[in-house]
Amino acid sequence: MSLERLPIIFRTEDLCAYYEDFMAIKHINIKIPQKQVTALMGPSGCGKTTFIRCLNRLHELTPGARITGSIYLRDQNILQLDPIVVRRRVGMVFQRPNPFPTMTIYENVLAGYKLLGIRLPRNEADEIAEWALRKAALWEEVKDILHRRGTFLSGGQQQRLCIARALAVKPEVLLMDEPTSALDPKSSLQIENLIVELKETVTIVIVTHNMPQAGRISDFTAFFYLGELVEFGPTAELFTNPKDPRTEEYLTGKFS
Amino acid sequence: MNTYPARENWRRIKNQIAVIIIILLALIPTLPLFFILANIIHEGLRSINLDFFLHLPAPPGETGGGISNALVGTFIIVGIAVIIGVPISILAGIYLSEYGKDSKLAEIIRISADVLQGVPSIVIGIVAYAWVVRPMGHFSAFSGSVALALMMIPVVVRTTEEVLRLVPDILREASLALGVPYWRTVMKVVLPTGMVGVTTGILIAVARIAGETAPLLFTAFGNQFMTLNPMEPMNALPLVIFNYATSPYEDWWRQAWATAVVLTFMVLLLNILSRILAKRIAGEK
Ligand SMILES: Nc1ncnc2c1ncn2[C@@H]1O[C@H](COP(=O)(O)OP(=O)(O)OP(=O)(O)O)[C@@H](O)[C@H]1O
Ligand SMILES: [Mg+2]
Repeated sequence: MSLERLPIIFRTEDLCAYYEDFMAIKHINIKIPQKQVTALMGPSGCGKTTFIRCLNRLHELTPGARITGSIYLRDQNILQLDPIVVRRRVGMVFQRPNPFPTMTIYENVLAGYKLLGIRLPRNEADEIAEWALRKAALWEEVKDILHRRGTFLSGGQQQRLCIARALAVKPEVLLMDEPTSALDPKSSLQIENLIVELKETVTIVIVTHNMPQAGRISDFTAFFYLGELVEFGPTAELFTNPKDPRTEEYLTGKFS
Repeated sequence: MNTYPARENWRRIKNQIAVIIIILLALIPTLPLFFILANIIHEGLRSINLDFFLHLPAPPGETGGGISNALVGTFIIVGIAVIIGVPISILAGIYLSEYGKDSKLAEIIRISADVLQGVPSIVIGIVAYAWVVRPMGHFSAFSGSVALALMMIPVVVRTTEEVLRLVPDILREASLALGVPYWRTVMKVVLPTGMVGVTTGILIAVARIAGETAPLLFTAFGNQFMTLNPMEPMNALPLVIFNYATSPYEDWWRQAWATAVVLTFMVLLLNILSRILAKRIAGEK
């Protein structure tokens, strides 16, 4: 599959992100295709988390952090939008499962409405909850315990609950920062399968350290090194025929 | 190998003696509590019966009567102190943990809270007298509540801040990433997550102020009759103990002991309750 023919959902232009004076990502120009899985890879500290947190404007919450350049979501520069609006359109799943401990499973799924004070009619709320839980492949496991605390679930189930929570507000993009790194292999695999199914519904941008995982689930891979985007292309191509020596070194395990 | 069994044994015995001594020493701080409880129960328990809780004080010199007005008074005075103190304290705690953080203003608030906590309670009483009693022209339960609120605010502010700081950042981010504004995140995610801890702090503060006498002496002042009006002088359990214990009547001394039992067990109960809550937080982690 070639990048040129696909519709683009995210496009950055000369994107730089700083912590105080430290430039963590440098002049990134990337086009992320719609309804595909894009993996971000690179050695620890190369700026993957920083980059992904720019895309939903969480980066700027870190004291002293700032961004220059532009990020276009479809045709709007999200740096000029209200961050609240951007975050409704671009959901996020974190490294550690983080369901709200004071809420039930049901309330967790609908947290994106509840916390904003949006009151849904009962049947609509039920519908959204079931839809999101089914999308997150969790419905069958929790349909009889919807009113138990989300924190009672296993780590893998909690992570799928967080995915359901992000999906429930119907985002256009789902950002995932190493969503399986805190999970056991079986739960990881479940989530991987889920991601592949989800790309029918949303665009997925996923940070992963796990090369086989990236190979299994992603259509495109971006390789970051020391804050720069070194290489970006279809995963199969990048894995088998890297153009940049740094990508090759990373893929062959010279550094991690 | 077994050439020195005696020495081995001796070492073991020495070890056990040391452990026993340490346990005995560790028990020393708990002794005063047991003596106090034994003492007030011994002196006070026989004057406690249903009438003691349900009746008004007898006129000076007469025997009998109860502390119904002081019980009600303590609930009202402490209740109003909670109503005044808790919202202010929680908002200040939220400010310190979620907004001010390491700023100058936050540091000033923290230092002020610590200093306020160290101000002697009698001084707080005088201040409440000057601020509330004098302008109003008379003693009142309300002025007592103001004094007690001043005493509880620093405790609740600092515990609220500490508890909210313990709420993991990933929960804040989970909420923010859903497009929830920061202040809503604080009110709907951070505060509810820390609520058990905040409640524990409030209970500890209530336990502290419920027994305070000095701030009430020239504010709530005391009253031999039943009143529910916070703008009037009102009786309270610590005031009963103070007034009766310093009276010349033997029956009142007995009642002072009995009131001490009631007050001590109320405070004890609050402390145990806050412990249970604190355990529950620890269990949830
Ligand atoms: N809050 C922060 N303050 C200052 N510097 C930071 C902060 N967060 C990250 N950095 C720095 O920014 C650079 C990029 O960090 P980032 O977390 O984006 O890397 P990463 O690729 O996600 O690494 P990992 O694979 O370990 O998660 C690193 O050099 C890191 O030290
Ligand atoms: Mg990272």
